[in-house]
Amino acid sequence: MTETDINTTIEEVATIELEVFRYRPEKASAPSFDTFTVPLHDEWVLLDALNHIKDEIDGSLSYRWSCRMGVCGSCGMMANGEAVLTCAAFLKDYAPGPIRIEPLANFPVARDLIVGMDDFMEKLNRVKPWVINENGKSVEEGEYLQTPEELDDYVQYTMCINCMLCYSACPIYGMEPSFIGPAALALAQRYNLDLRDHGNEERMDILSSDEGIWQCTFVGECSEVCPKHVDPAGAIQRYKVEATNNWWKSKLMPWSN
Amino acid sequence: MSYGRYKKYHPLLYRPRHPILWWIKKWAYTRFILREMTSLAVMFYAIVLVLYVNAVAKGPEAFAAFSEWLASPLSITLHSVAFCFAVFHSYTWFNLAPKAMVIRVGKKKIPGSAIMAANYAMWAAVSVALYWVFTTI
Repeated sequence: MTETDINTTIEEVATIELEVFRYRPEKASAPSFDTFTVPLHDEWVLLDALNHIKDEIDGSLSYRWSCRMGVCGSCGMMANGEAVLTCAAFLKDYAPGPIRIEPLANFPVARDLIVGMDDFMEKLNRVKPWVINENGKSVEEGEYLQTPEELDDYVQYTMCINCMLCYSACPIYGMEPSFIGPAALALAQRYNLDLRDHGNEERMDILSSDEGIWQCTFVGECSEVCPKHVDPAGAIQRYKVEATNNWWKSKLMPWSN
Repeated sequence: MSYGRYKKYHPLLYRPRHPILWWIKKWAYTRFILREMTSLAVMFYAIVLVLYVNAVAKGPEAFAAFSEWLASPLSITLHSVAFCFAVFHSYTWFNLAPKAMVIRVGKKKIPGSAIMAANYAMWAAVSVALYWVFTTI
């Protein structure tokens, strides 16, 4: 390759602009946007661009990430107003840009692109997302058997990676922060529909409370943004049907309980 | 290090207000608001039905007056608008039905499209039945 060839190659590297949300409470009480220009490689995702900024341009940029392959659920952000996992959103799909990167909506911001997750963690805990089975079998008695159909009933809800994109897409959570929210409710359903679990009644109190399923007005965007196709909106509507049936049953046939 | 209310190692959270016009930012949100607001058209039909029954109960004169109002341009305009809204309302809800209804027959899950089709079929059947009732009786 001659020298001119190399120069043209360098000139031809396309770039794209990122407008990144910055919040540095030790410097300014209000957030602002910084614009960075990064190389536009076909194989780069938003997270690669952010890593490029942190490594090469501004090391003070703060954000969460870990696995960069859609498993850990920590790199969720808003890209042009849409909640995405930045490890799964390609730069080229936003060309020619600019791309506006903001922290997950509906959460308080701690710094730059990092949001406070305490509220979600507390809600997740409240729905008891674990198998409740007080009269469980001993090890000697062997394993629990499940048919593929029984597994199929809840397996999609097990895919949740707690990335909180659904909370960002949910206007109800934005307006009513007490709402337990899509992911936690879907995970409650995950255990409710599991035959090994007997915690249905325990969860009922919290799930059918004012903060639970009845807050949901079925906007449906939680299921649209979910990177794991968990379909929290579907889980909540199914639970509404079940709760309604139970209510009618308890009124019409009080002896059945 | 401190600035304003910020103290080092003590996070000072930034909490933006949820914008009042959140529902015009995205078509999906706007569609949701439309779906909810078009329920007013369903309410309009319910009120018309109540007035209709009321007019029938009052006697032939009241019924004639009510029929006349029904045929007025204002009523026809209101009905055309309400009809479009009600169709949109029903259409969006029927399409969402499979999300709430998961029905199993034996080992097989009934596909969502079949549940949607059943809803539409019932809608059509009820509409035809009502048309028959109102045109022949």
